[in-house]
Amino acid sequence: MVAGAAHADSGRYLIGEINSYKAQPAFLEPYKKGMELAVEQVNAAGGIDGKKLVLITRDDNANPGDTVRAAEELITREKVDVLTGGFLSHLGLALTDFALQKKRFYLASEPLTDKIVWEQGNRYTFRLRPSTWMQVAMLVPEAAKLNKKRWALVYPNYEYGQSAVATFKQLLKAAQPDVQFVAEQATPLGKVDAGSVVQALADAKPDAIFNVLFATDLAKFVREGETRGLFEGRKVVGLLSGEPDYLDPLKAEAPVGWIVTGYPWYSIDTPEHKAFLDAYQQRFKDYPRNGSVVGYNAILSIAAGLKKAGSSDTEKLIAAFAGLQVDTPFGRITYRPQDHQSTMGAYVGTTALRDGKGVMVDFRYEDGAKFQPSDEEVKKLRPAAQ
Amino acid sequence: MDLSGLLVQLLNGLAGGATLFLVAAGLSLVFGVTRIVNFAHGSLYVLGLYVAYSSVEQLGGAIGFWPALLIAPLAVGLLGALIEIALLRRIYHAPELLQLLATFALVLVIRDAALWLWGAQDLLGPRAPGLAGAVSILGRRFPSYDLFLIAAGPLVLLALTLLLRRTRWGTLVRAATQDREMLSALGVQQAWLFTAVFALGALLAGLAGALQLPREPANLELDLPMVASAFVVVVVGGMGSLPGAFVAALLIAELKAVCIWLGVVQLGPFTVAFPKLTLVAEFLVMAVVLVWRPWGLLGRPDAVLRSAAEQPGLVQAGAWGRWAWWLLLALLAALPLWAGSQSYAVVLLTEIAIAALFAASLQAIVGPGGLHSFGHAAYFGLGAYAAALLVHAAHLPFVAALALAVLVGAVGALVYGWFCMRLSGIYLAMLTLAFAQITWAVAFQWDDFTGGSNGITGVWPPAWLGAGAGFYWLVLLLCAGAVHGLRRMLHAPFGWALRAARDSVQRAEAIGLPTRRVQWAAFTLAGAAAALAGALFAFSKGGAAPDVLSVSASVDALVMVLLGGVHALAGPVVGAAAFTWLHDSVARALPWWRAVLGGVVLLLILVFPQGISGVTQNLQALIATKNRAKEART
Repeated sequence: MVAGAAHADSGRYLIGEINSYKAQPAFLEPYKKGMELAVEQVNAAGGIDGKKLVLITRDDNANPGDTVRAAEELITREKVDVLTGGFLSHLGLALTDFALQKKRFYLASEPLTDKIVWEQGNRYTFRLRPSTWMQVAMLVPEAAKLNKKRWALVYPNYEYGQSAVATFKQLLKAAQPDVQFVAEQATPLGKVDAGSVVQALADAKPDAIFNVLFATDLAKFVREGETRGLFEGRKVVGLLSGEPDYLDPLKAEAPVGWIVTGYPWYSIDTPEHKAFLDAYQQRFKDYPRNGSVVGYNAILSIAAGLKKAGSSDTEKLIAAFAGLQVDTPFGRITYRPQDHQSTMGAYVGTTALRDGKGVMVDFRYEDGAKFQPSDEEVKKLRPAAQ
Repeated sequence: MDLSGLLVQLLNGLAGGATLFLVAAGLSLVFGVTRIVNFAHGSLYVLGLYVAYSSVEQLGGAIGFWPALLIAPLAVGLLGALIEIALLRRIYHAPELLQLLATFALVLVIRDAALWLWGAQDLLGPRAPGLAGAVSILGRRFPSYDLFLIAAGPLVLLALTLLLRRTRWGTLVRAATQDREMLSALGVQQAWLFTAVFALGALLAGLAGALQLPREPANLELDLPMVASAFVVVVVGGMGSLPGAFVAALLIAELKAVCIWLGVVQLGPFTVAFPKLTLVAEFLVMAVVLVWRPWGLLGRPDAVLRSAAEQPGLVQAGAWGRWAWWLLLALLAALPLWAGSQSYAVVLLTEIAIAALFAASLQAIVGPGGLHSFGHAAYFGLGAYAAALLVHAAHLPFVAALALAVLVGAVGALVYGWFCMRLSGIYLAMLTLAFAQITWAVAFQWDDFTGGSNGITGVWPPAWLGAGAGFYWLVLLLCAGAVHGLRRMLHAPFGWALRAARDSVQRAEAIGLPTRRVQWAAFTLAGAAAALAGALFAFSKGGAAPDVLSVSASVDALVMVLLGGVHALAGPVVGAAAFTWLHDSVARALPWWRAVLGGVVLLLILVFPQGISGVTQNLQALIATKNRAKEART
């Protein structure tokens, strides 16, 4: 009640953010720092037309029931102006649907599922990070270039893994019609039986492997794979494997020569990234992870949207976000009007070892704008938003 | 997919089974002696992994890898002793479900403590010196460390068997497993025996965790999955049987390895992805074993235990009590009029009302029924999914979907209940858990029908209810009505029959009660009530996702029931309100809310072992005694 009253008088914009802080702390602690940094910077620069940004975060306990309750609490009790957040796909979708039902603006920051902007996309929901489809599409040209015929697939058994593999199969087959998929391992998230999985993949004698595992599963998979010689003489393409959030725990055992998407914060030398890196390191005495950039960009996007809209009115915000341009550490991104997906991209490169740590080398930034289905297809993919 | 591949996969299974056995062995020992189902056992395993990581990192250079590694199990064993002395010792005489709740609170506290101490990032330990590489087996490289693990399992089994068979201490432990009362009557100092057994169990969990260090990064999410797997192993093998646990651990690990070996197979027109089965393999095994051999593979049919405590009867609310309930209901109904129909209070109370019905449906079978269910979320989830699917896919109107969802839950409980009602005690609890997990896996993996891991969204109350407080009033009406219906059932002759079946099956049957059918009917009714709660939940959250079927949903309901008091009729309502409110407000106010919630639960258990509503009952009893004393004097 107090917050609501204060907000009406003193002119602040309240951002309500919901995420699985306790369930996914490894990604989300740096993410939160990224958000805090952006809020501080926006406010230090005078806020948005004199109004300060205030960030209120809530934990969703990693289940949709609590996610929806937190969203209702933020709206009814805290009277926030915009909603953002989400990490796990199904929670992002719950918020997407909630936004539609309550006619509230929601910026999905992290969740990767394609459904947020396609099947279940709606006019109230925008999404920042490149989707599963986009990131796979960035890797497929590299995979096709390897010209390997027999591919094995390993992925976590839930939406993200399944759709990544389905997209990979479809796009690679289109790029390289003679490709074969010789083994497929869907492992329970966080509980991969790494030894057995590695051996089953090796026994299929693939020429190359597409790996979608991340976090704990990735560490177990890499260690077993190296011990058992799975990666020798084979190319590996790994989604997300280059993100420091997942690469750093591997230390000196980080895989070498994998083609990955990720975030090589240590060697990006654009001025916009350097400014972000310096500010982040100075503020937190720590280096940024991929989550840090996502959190940072989410707040920058909301700030830019509020500025363009000149108010926090939902309809005005939707209008402002359509085609909104934001300058981020990764360069300028645009929120596409046709599917509400931002053009934020990712770095694609090869993994290597440097000073006993896994790094990405020979990387380049892939602009998300280049990895989108055609406008015709997008239209077909978004039935709910029509 | 050749034979040599299968053989090596079976070796992989042996290595995985060894770890599982070590955890399960400790759990089994502790249960055998203290009769406590220790939920925190998985947390001790995780602590073993974390402590091993730290000690190897800090001391590995100075004293070598192996000595540093072995500090971890000792430290965890010591912690186990402390936990036993500080906490468990005080609750041995409490109802067994309350003990379960206490250990669950420990899980919450330990998880936050680990996050605070070690941080959020996964911590991958070094490889074991001397065992870092691989040996060649059938043309494949096999990690030498896995060979070491394969040997460790049987060695520990042997050591434990010798300890139990050949030492006086072991004889006492076995005696305590068989007959606690007799042991204490013979003058054995029980307290320290229990402490030692608990410490040994904790040490084994810590050892299992430490031995995982070269294979798996330490992370916070391992605790509940591990303890669930260990429970399954203990139950499949037969409670208290170490060789049984060994066989069960190997069986389950091998089955998973074979699933992975099979890979994706074309069976006629169907493509079957066997690796996906690893998600439920252990629960499928448990369901089959419990249906076929209810006491586990190497267990023995349970000797009839002396009933630990006199089971209380039920007291019907007096006239004042009834008026109080009506007043509360009226206040709740009037709430949107002054708080505003879009206020957060309405949102929270909707959730509390649904939770209260869910908890009440569980309490009806757990308390007066004596049927301990660990998988009550199955029926809640069936109701939620049925409602969501009926609206989303079949386009049924709201009222029809709601009514049919209740029917679906009832049918689910009828079918599962047929199998479950042949068991009792911990075996019943585990079979209900197995069915819930299998249902969960079906919902999680059947993408085309249930939406898979995403679930179903876009299911909201119709416009005529959605606007204003209409939906809240409907929820309040239906939940209050259903809770009242459950109360009526328990006070009817049917309820007396249910309690008779709980208190003494033999006597109940001797007076002609068909005990199994009474319990089955109660189970089905409870399932229907839970399904109503689930369906309302789906409409209040806009859909259903696999989480409504998860173990934690079942555990939450149990926590509410226990918090409120198992044997008090107001219990589930009070418990659901307290739990939901605590959860909501503590989580918002404090970053370490899990630890705080766990701490509050522990405190409540130690101060109010009868549950929150038990306090008022005790007060009433006290007042009644005083009044009677006064009357006697005058």
